[in-house]
Amino acid sequence: MRPPVDGTRLARFTRAERWVHRCTAGLVLLCVATAACLYLPQLAVLVGRRRLVTTVHEWAGLLLPVPLLLGLGSRALRRDLGRLNRFAPYDREWLRAVLWRGYHRPAGKFNAGQKLYAGWIAGAVVVMLGSGLLMWFTGLAPLAWRTGATFVHDWLALAVGVVVLGHLWMAMRDPEARRGMRTGSVDRRWAAREHPHWQPAEGAEPTGEEPADDVEPTGEQPTGDAEPTAAEPTGGQPVEGDGPAGDGQPSRSRSSR
Amino acid sequence: MNDNPDTRGTPVGRRVMLGVIALGAAGVAAGPTLSKSLDSVLSGLSKQDPTGLTGLLPDAGGFRYYSVTGPVKPVAAADYRLTVDGLVDRPAGYGLADLQALPQHRIVHDVQCVTGWRVPATPFEGVRLADLLDAAGVRPGATAVHFSCFDGSYTESLTLDQARRDDVLVALKMQDQPVSHDHGGPVRLYVAPMYFYKSAKWLSGITVTPTVQRGYWEQNGYDVDAWVGRSNGRDDAPTG
Repeated sequence: MRPPVDGTRLARFTRAERWVHRCTAGLVLLCVATAACLYLPQLAVLVGRRRLVTTVHEWAGLLLPVPLLLGLGSRALRRDLGRLNRFAPYDREWLRAVLWRGYHRPAGKFNAGQKLYAGWIAGAVVVMLGSGLLMWFTGLAPLAWRTGATFVHDWLALAVGVVVLGHLWMAMRDPEARRGMRTGSVDRRWAAREHPHWQPAEGAEPTGEEPADDVEPTGEQPTGDAEPTAAEPTGGQPVEGDGPAGDGQPSRSRSSR
Repeated sequence: MNDNPDTRGTPVGRRVMLGVIALGAAGVAAGPTLSKSLDSVLSGLSKQDPTGLTGLLPDAGGFRYYSVTGPVKPVAAADYRLTVDGLVDRPAGYGLADLQALPQHRIVHDVQCVTGWRVPATPFEGVRLADLLDAAGVRPGATAVHFSCFDGSYTESLTLDQARRDDVLVALKMQDQPVSHDHGGPVRLYVAPMYFYKSAKWLSGITVTPTVQRGYWEQNGYDVDAWVGRSNGRDDAPTG
């Protein structure tokens, strides 16, 4: 099913991206649910079956990165990862606005909060996977490591639970963002309001896949780290012309958050 | 200024990710020390916490509930039955009152779980397993004891020498209360010097056997002779 794209809809996520999100979400929920059954005494009493629950938890955790790794085959997904990775001056503006409860919150395809969430959760998954493997394969490392891994796994699990709840909370409050992840397309006015700096590639709307000659968005260019962001010519200012907002001024950010 | 990933911008996402990974690695390295100090702080806190919420935090001390089957149906004190059979001269069945009528022994040791948690100075009280074995009369040729449980799945084992130790009890009380259902009541095994998986909950059968039959977790790779500090690759302080 192609995302419906017409005058009012704008392609946001390709089918590959949506399936990566769906599979990852399912595995995360499985991890969280089984963790709760192993960990919370009330649930442990109710569910029991410790060996089965442990096995499901271990495999769900091990498979967790697989959807994303498979998804790296999609150019659109790689490109979005690049977008999540890079902070532009308007992202700092967004963070400042959140901090000071300001109304003007400019963002590209992803806002600074989404970018921070992506980076944090990616790191957390790697740590959970590593510490989990140390606990699973007890012969892998000395006992002190296992104790340390258990400590990190337990506490980070708590943090991940809170942060993922926050992620769900944000989604719950924004039906159009959810529709974007469910159907692949979003309302143009929503995009103009929430993501004024987002510039969908011209001519690639129907699938969101980029032309083949597109630059690889790996973010690994040798000069990337050293690039002075202040040199960006129009920091924070919306570009004219090819922004997503056909029906409004892109600079008018929403004030109701 | 645009949103294309290849037009640079600081790679904050990557830095955040690597930062979290570095913190995680540091946490693993510092974990043994950190968890000890947190442990004492949290167990202090949880003693004064009327809501019991701190008990849900990691390392808050106390027992954790493990069961290898689905929900275990509680057995009322009046319906409880413990059988002693196998290579014995006088197979027997005990109700809870019968066990209570036998000489009771109270011992206090730390409880150490093989997954790492430890509960200090926990009193257990009950009948010495040695007394039940003597009453049944162990026949020549027997070398081990096999335990079964009314959850229908869990099993455990000891050698006869281990089973005859003074600090191995058929426990009727834990923390000076009748053993609760969640802790394996009305009657559980308590093997003080070994990791806590040897102390089978919901004990229902004692069978004297010619050889050691490995128990539930032992079939899944745990040590049969589970001395605390000298088995399962761990170096905890002994509890026996």
